[in-house]
Amino acid sequence: MNIHKQVTTTALLLMLFATIGAAAVGFIYDHTYETIKQNERQALLDQLNNIVPASHYDNNLLEDSFKLAPDTLLGTTEPTAAYRAKKQGEPIAIIFPAIAPNGYNGSIHLLVGVYRDGTVAGVRVIRHRETPGLGDAIETSRSDWITHFAGKSLGRPPGKQWKVKRDGGQFDQFTGATITPRAVVKSVHSALLYFEANKKMLLKDEVVDEDVKDDKDIDTKDSHEEQKDTGSSSDTDESGS
Amino acid sequence: MNTEQQTIIKNGLWTNNVALVQLLGLCPLLAVTSTFINGLGLGIATLITLVLSNTFVSIIRHWTRPEVRIPIFILIIASIVTAIELAMNAWFYELFLILGIFIPLIVTNCSILARAESFASRNPVFDSALDGFMMGMGFLLVLVLLGGLREIIGHGTLFSNAHLMFGPAANDFELSLLGDDYPGFLIAILPPGAFIGLGLLIAGKNSIERYRSKKVVLVSAPSKPAEASAAS
Repeated sequence: MNIHKQVTTTALLLMLFATIGAAAVGFIYDHTYETIKQNERQALLDQLNNIVPASHYDNNLLEDSFKLAPDTLLGTTEPTAAYRAKKQGEPIAIIFPAIAPNGYNGSIHLLVGVYRDGTVAGVRVIRHRETPGLGDAIETSRSDWITHFAGKSLGRPPGKQWKVKRDGGQFDQFTGATITPRAVVKSVHSALLYFEANKKMLLKDEVVDEDVKDDKDIDTKDSHEEQKDTGSSSDTDESGS
Repeated sequence: MNTEQQTIIKNGLWTNNVALVQLLGLCPLLAVTSTFINGLGLGIATLITLVLSNTFVSIIRHWTRPEVRIPIFILIIASIVTAIELAMNAWFYELFLILGIFIPLIVTNCSILARAESFASRNPVFDSALDGFMMGMGFLLVLVLLGGLREIIGHGTLFSNAHLMFGPAANDFELSLLGDDYPGFLIAILPPGAFIGLGLLIAGKNSIERYRSKKVVLVSAPSKPAEASAAS
């Protein structure tokens, strides 16, 4: 009898504290939600504007996004969001993510902007785990290396020169770090190849959004196998080069 | 301020320092302290958590029951940390991007539960808040010291990225202490540098204490009775 009472009081006590805790967190969530969303959108927009300057387009970049199916050229295994910059209704540039799978310390996540004519608008690193002080020179805060992609295209420099200098190409490597820039250069080149191959789909206004969404299930199922394929093929590429 | 509170202050900052003596919360400590500002950011977040959790635990200390006190403490700590995480996400977004994954980990920082259980649940509200503040301050000072040391040795700078915390006005805070062409010392920034740095700090603290106790012994040796009566 006594023990029943004790158990009930204890349980009620715990419930009371859980309720108060949840209510407090809920209250704060409610009051910060808008600001957090705003921050995330602003951060994304800033990043996009670094690639294609805000003065070059007049549409709402964040609204004009569409899904890209995973592609081995992009190194992606899941559908990703791409953004289309337009001026007076005409698409002028596409910004889409690309992943360099073979960084020194795992994948390097990039955002690549390509103008309508196939020249690079800009490249930025979103996420990486390269060595601080060596490989992290791909960040704009550490060096301007990554900005040198702007204005390059598939023909300029020619395909064989899309490599770091040590491999006989045009792009600088860093002192003490060749693998990182090599991976980035290769990934940007692949992204340009992807753009060239999918130009029509990327620049077209009425993109078949629905189709991509419908295919999503199949894509994700396939993506696991694709992932393995990408891994092995990039390995052989690396050893071959 | 009575002697008890002075003991609390001394305990938190020195004698029972969370990072240097209790060696609690090392995971965020070692991971985050690559720069001064990162250390400061996590230090402040931990400090706030400690003060709030100690205060709340002390307030409710007569209402809990011993069987469920630990879950209740954890609930309180987790709610506070979640609230801090949301607040940082909203108002210090860029700093949040750097510290992000370590903020939820504050919940698992044993020092917070340890203070709730061993101090706040047995002491009045003001003393508990003071204990939380001093323990947090002790942790913060070590974070900042280690972060500063690693930043100076690793990058040759101090206060870089200060704008993440203090807004755009703090862009010029960055100091190049070792000159612009300092090549950097990589290991100080990498995780091993954190272990070595913390080891040196602990060694430094211990040697200061040994030096002090020697001095006390030397001074007190000839006139032992007088010294003892003075101390009491």
